Amino acid sequence: MRFVDEFRQPELIARTTEEIRRLADPDHHYRFMEVCGGHTHAIYRFGLKDLLPPNIELIHGPGCPVCVLPMGRIDDGLAIAARPDVIFAAFGDMMRVPGAHGSPLEHKARGADIRIVYSPTDALKLAQVNPDKHVMFFAIGFETTAPSTAITLMRAKELGLRNVSVFCNHVTILPAIRAILDSPDMRIDAFIGPGHVSTVIGCRPFEWVAKREGRPIVVSGFEPLDILQAVVMLLRQIKAGEAKMENQYKRVVPWEGNRAALKVMAEVFELRPYFEWRGLGFISQSALRLRDAYADWDAEKLFSVPGLRVTDPKAAQCGEVLKGVLKPAQCKLFGKECTPEHPIGALMVSSEGSCAAYFNYEHRKAAALAN
Amino acid sequence: MCLAIPAQIVRLIPGTDFATAEVMGVKRNINIGLVEPETISAGDWVLIHVGFAMNKISESDAREQLQILAALGEDETAIEEVRGYGLHDSEPGP
Repeated sequence: MRFVDEFRQPELIARTTEEIRRLADPDHHYRFMEVCGGHTHAIYRFGLKDLLPPNIELIHGPGCPVCVLPMGRIDDGLAIAARPDVIFAAFGDMMRVPGAHGSPLEHKARGADIRIVYSPTDALKLAQVNPDKHVMFFAIGFETTAPSTAITLMRAKELGLRNVSVFCNHVTILPAIRAILDSPDMRIDAFIGPGHVSTVIGCRPFEWVAKREGRPIVVSGFEPLDILQAVVMLLRQIKAGEAKMENQYKRVVPWEGNRAALKVMAEVFELRPYFEWRGLGFISQSALRLRDAYADWDAEKLFSVPGLRVTDPKAAQCGEVLKGVLKPAQCKLFGKECTPEHPIGALMVSSEGSCAAYFNYEHRKAAALAN
Repeated sequence: MCLAIPAQIVRLIPGTDFATAEVMGVKRNINIGLVEPETISAGDWVLIHVGFAMNKISESDAREQLQILAALGEDETAIEEVRGYGLHDSEPGP
């Protein structure tokens, strides 16, 4: 058991954990999924599992955009990067993600022109200062980063800048939640909703999870107290026999979301009929592509894309971990072939992936204790 | 990329959707086009994702967010990200 005085607001934390114990039925095993990678990281970093009674299990969902990107997409992007006139630009998070023939960083070492950018608008500046090159921005992220890509494309069009494009891998969180709910081995009682995605899309799009699927959902902030309060709100709903969409993170998340961000996304993007998610397979209408009005800036239309499909090793059980059927350490490869230094499965790739978070905090702690 | 970084607006850049903002002592230009720029003024706090302000927040929420970044060991990554915004510090960006 952790000492609550390690936290800020220890009294509130103590009162909240007491409330959790009071509300939880000792005869029921609760399975709550957090769908945001930021929550997963915070849960492990703060050891929140140790503050919860053993019959409340937190399951780590598909909320890390780096983790859910299929390896074939990275290889497709790197195939374009191999062209001598192309500068491949991506966020730093992508640089160590392995493709079938190495990560972007390894391709850079072999001579590809690969640059880290911190904002998509930097791709425009790269294009302006390199007029004899074509800058391809490898876009990833949920609804939190998609509006920035949209504004960047609108600006490129306005400027008539033709030596820049986007290789779009933006995904949307709702169809992934739907896929998890539809899965026959689904075992989730309720959801902790994503804090940052909700600042863009608001709370309304999650209402069906409660209304139609009968699963309580609470959008939560990232402080330990936020996450514990979200657990209290879920338990209260379950105890009352209710299923509602509630917003614990009101200080940041408006119910209606960010209208300006939604507007630019609608202007630039449309839904793809389907998209592959690592660990979950093909999910219909789960990703964004550029509208025809932006075809001149769409890397998938400007270049021939090999359309590579690289299947994850069968032994990697990412899908089962994502759906909460297995815990990270129950996968056959965990900590052996698959580690944060040499990730094989999707969830070991980024610090927000549940296997990497589990490895970095729980596994290393256990190893240190054993020595 | 998934970091929400709190920043304080230092000054608006007239005629653009950009503002100079300060994060933990580092000043960079960020895009404020998604947070009703006409409602933003110097001294306000915003949360930024990949160089774009996504919401206006209170000062206490901004300080709380800085603390959580530090507690998660992500404060240095956040500063690295902010330092990386823009290829030219003096330009408001395209």
